[in-house]
Amino acid sequence: MSARSEKPVIRRDGPALGEAETHRRLSLSWATPPGLWGWLSSVDHKQVGRRYIVTAFVFFLLAGLLALAMRMQLSGPERTLLSPDRYNQIFTMHGTTMMFLFAVPVMEAFAIFLVPLMVGTRAIAFPRLNAFSYWVYLAGGVMLWVAFILNAGPDVGWFAYVPLSGPQFSPGKRVDFWAQMITFTEVAALAVSVEIIVTVFKQRAPGMSLNRIPLFVWGQLVTSFMVVFAMPAVMVSSSMLIMDRLIGTHFFNPAEGGDALLWQHLFWFFGHPEVYIIFLPATGFVSSILPTFARRPIFGYTALVLALFATGFLGFGLWVHHMFATGLPHLGNSFYTAASMTIAIPSGIQIFCWIATLWDGRPRFATPLLFVIGFIVVFVLGGLSGIMLASVPLDSQAHDTYFVVAHFHYVLIGGAVFPLFGAVYYWFPKFTGRMLSERAGAWNFWLFFIGFNLTFFPMHILGLIGMPRRVYSYPAGMGWDGPNLLASAGAVILAAGVATFLGNV
Amino acid sequence: MDQSPRFAADLAHLPTSAHGPRSLTWWGTLGFILIEGAGFALAAAAYFYLMGQTETWPPGLAPPDWLWGTLQLVLTLVSLIPNLWTDRVAHADDLRKVRIGLVVMSAVGLLTLVIRAFEFGALNCRWDDNAYGSIVWLLLGLHATHLITDVGDTLVLTVLMFTRHVEPRRFTDVTDNCVYWNFVVAAWVPLWALLYVVPRLV
Ligand code: HEM
Ligand SMILES: [Cu+2]
Repeated sequence: MSARSEKPVIRRDGPALGEAETHRRLSLSWATPPGLWGWLSSVDHKQVGRRYIVTAFVFFLLAGLLALAMRMQLSGPERTLLSPDRYNQIFTMHGTTMMFLFAVPVMEAFAIFLVPLMVGTRAIAFPRLNAFSYWVYLAGGVMLWVAFILNAGPDVGWFAYVPLSGPQFSPGKRVDFWAQMITFTEVAALAVSVEIIVTVFKQRAPGMSLNRIPLFVWGQLVTSFMVVFAMPAVMVSSSMLIMDRLIGTHFFNPAEGGDALLWQHLFWFFGHPEVYIIFLPATGFVSSILPTFARRPIFGYTALVLALFATGFLGFGLWVHHMFATGLPHLGNSFYTAASMTIAIPSGIQIFCWIATLWDGRPRFATPLLFVIGFIVVFVLGGLSGIMLASVPLDSQAHDTYFVVAHFHYVLIGGAVFPLFGAVYYWFPKFTGRMLSERAGAWNFWLFFIGFNLTFFPMHILGLIGMPRRVYSYPAGMGWDGPNLLASAGAVILAAGVATFLGNV
Repeated sequence: MDQSPRFAADLAHLPTSAHGPRSLTWWGTLGFILIEGAGFALAAAAYFYLMGQTETWPPGLAPPDWLWGTLQLVLTLVSLIPNLWTDRVAHADDLRKVRIGLVVMSAVGLLTLVIRAFEFGALNCRWDDNAYGSIVWLLLGLHATHLITDVGDTLVLTVLMFTRHVEPRRFTDVTDNCVYWNFVVAAWVPLWALLYVVPRLV
């Protein structure tokens, strides 16, 4: 006996309906329902994607305002704009927001909007899960920021090292909010990566074999796999942390057989891939923008795809380079130094392919291309300081100084925010039907580029002459005043660049 | 769009659902299996890491009692037989047999939850005794959430298959649920070894 015989036959009208009627019915069933409820419950990937992008940019601006506050506080010695406690909350909120509420979500947002269009399908796989992921993400972000406004913002740095973040040294609710936000945003990120993987594997238009998908889609696919394997680590560790804090477990309590380094291992097993989770989608932006404005096909498609794979694999073998200062065995350190230097190879290959595309093309220097060139310059500089930090002796000296702050802003802003701005200028017409002003775009770029370098280049020097990171103030006469003032002035120019962007959109 | 659509073909005769790799949900399930598998692997790595931090393991406590965990192992392994059978009859869209399979699997699932409760009682430690207790509870709890998830899913599907919600897609849901149960069982084998055997070896 078969089930199909038990149920009523659904009448399918097919051609009898005629084209116009078929079209009307399909449009109706695929459309977002009208009204506020329809808007809230939309599962259209373009709408959800746009919503994600806007939300992530709001978090970018909020975290940017915190950065400005820090730069004002540090513009001169012994300034009293921010109390030490406020400062601790602010740098933690800045780092946490930038990483978890801006950089990762904004990259996913572009995937949600663009990947289905690029592989030629009507909707992303699991559209409801997709909408769900947005609301979970929003809830996590709002929760963290409400806590911060109520003076319960986390104050233990964006990687919340134990024992500082444990029950003994961080009583109160601050760290609980942090750990809970992690769970929210990681659930969202994991859901989106499953959607992207399934969309790319199963929903490609007929004829679009994997070796024909755009490099942007490759970037997002590899990223999604990295999310799948990396994010569980931070979910496990933040759950352990919250349990240590709330129900008395001892994962990180050395007195009862726990271990503080376990936190660092688990966190960085996620944390290092995280930077590639932010960077690989950005390479997709670059590979989309370059051929358009260089007016020739991308140079080295296969090499670029292989470089993505290599980065995806190697990215999981480096996490210990964040822990060189913890006194791990020497042999281990040497291995992670070598591994960290190896990953420069695929990045180098990518850079050379992009330069070759430009070289061989007839470039038109529109705003997106300006941002891509800015990316190449800034990211290469960040890569160089990265190679320096990968060597243990140098890292032991520069660890926890402004040299590191300079390095990771060169790679994060260079590697992700420059391409992102380029991508916004590039795809804005697709998202909204409107073209952004090119004149304002050029202003945006130059203010941002100059402001960025003025802000962060001096930090290299500050770090090398000994200024530690995460200090709310410093005494006069350390030789730190000049570079700090320069950095703060640069931050104002940078902010002006962002303001031009806001005016433009 | 103001371009009027052209009617190219009538695809109404195509099936609206398919089993296994031809179904999106199967791929989605696989994705989440990867994620959760990574979670298990990392938690197990944490177990070994903590083990490396102390001289004796379990530190100052007796290892968990064999009985309930091993019973769980046997039961879940045996449950693979009705599970695979349900999978097969669901592929064949055989409603009567699917109903039988789902009822059996619901009963088995509920039984695993009962046994799991006893397992917690037989761990010979509390989560707040020491780091060993914490990781043991974490691992067993992590797996328990998987049991609960799948049993919940099975119960819902059973209800659906006995009510007016039967449609071709439901059969795909059943096969996907069977895949997930295989994963839950497969995850238990190494976890069982970790929780019950390893402490007796060191
Ligand atoms: C928009 C301009 C930005 C400025 C002016 C800025 C400035 C700063 C400053 C002053 C600090 C704190 C240094 C300290 O006290 O140790 C900091 C930390 C940090 N920033 Fe930024 N930043 C910017 C953008 C970004 C972006 C886009 C990201 C990531 C995508 C980012 C990620 C971080 C992280 C992870 C930290 C470390 C926080 C911690 O120590 O826990 N920043 N930034
Ligand atoms: Cu790293």
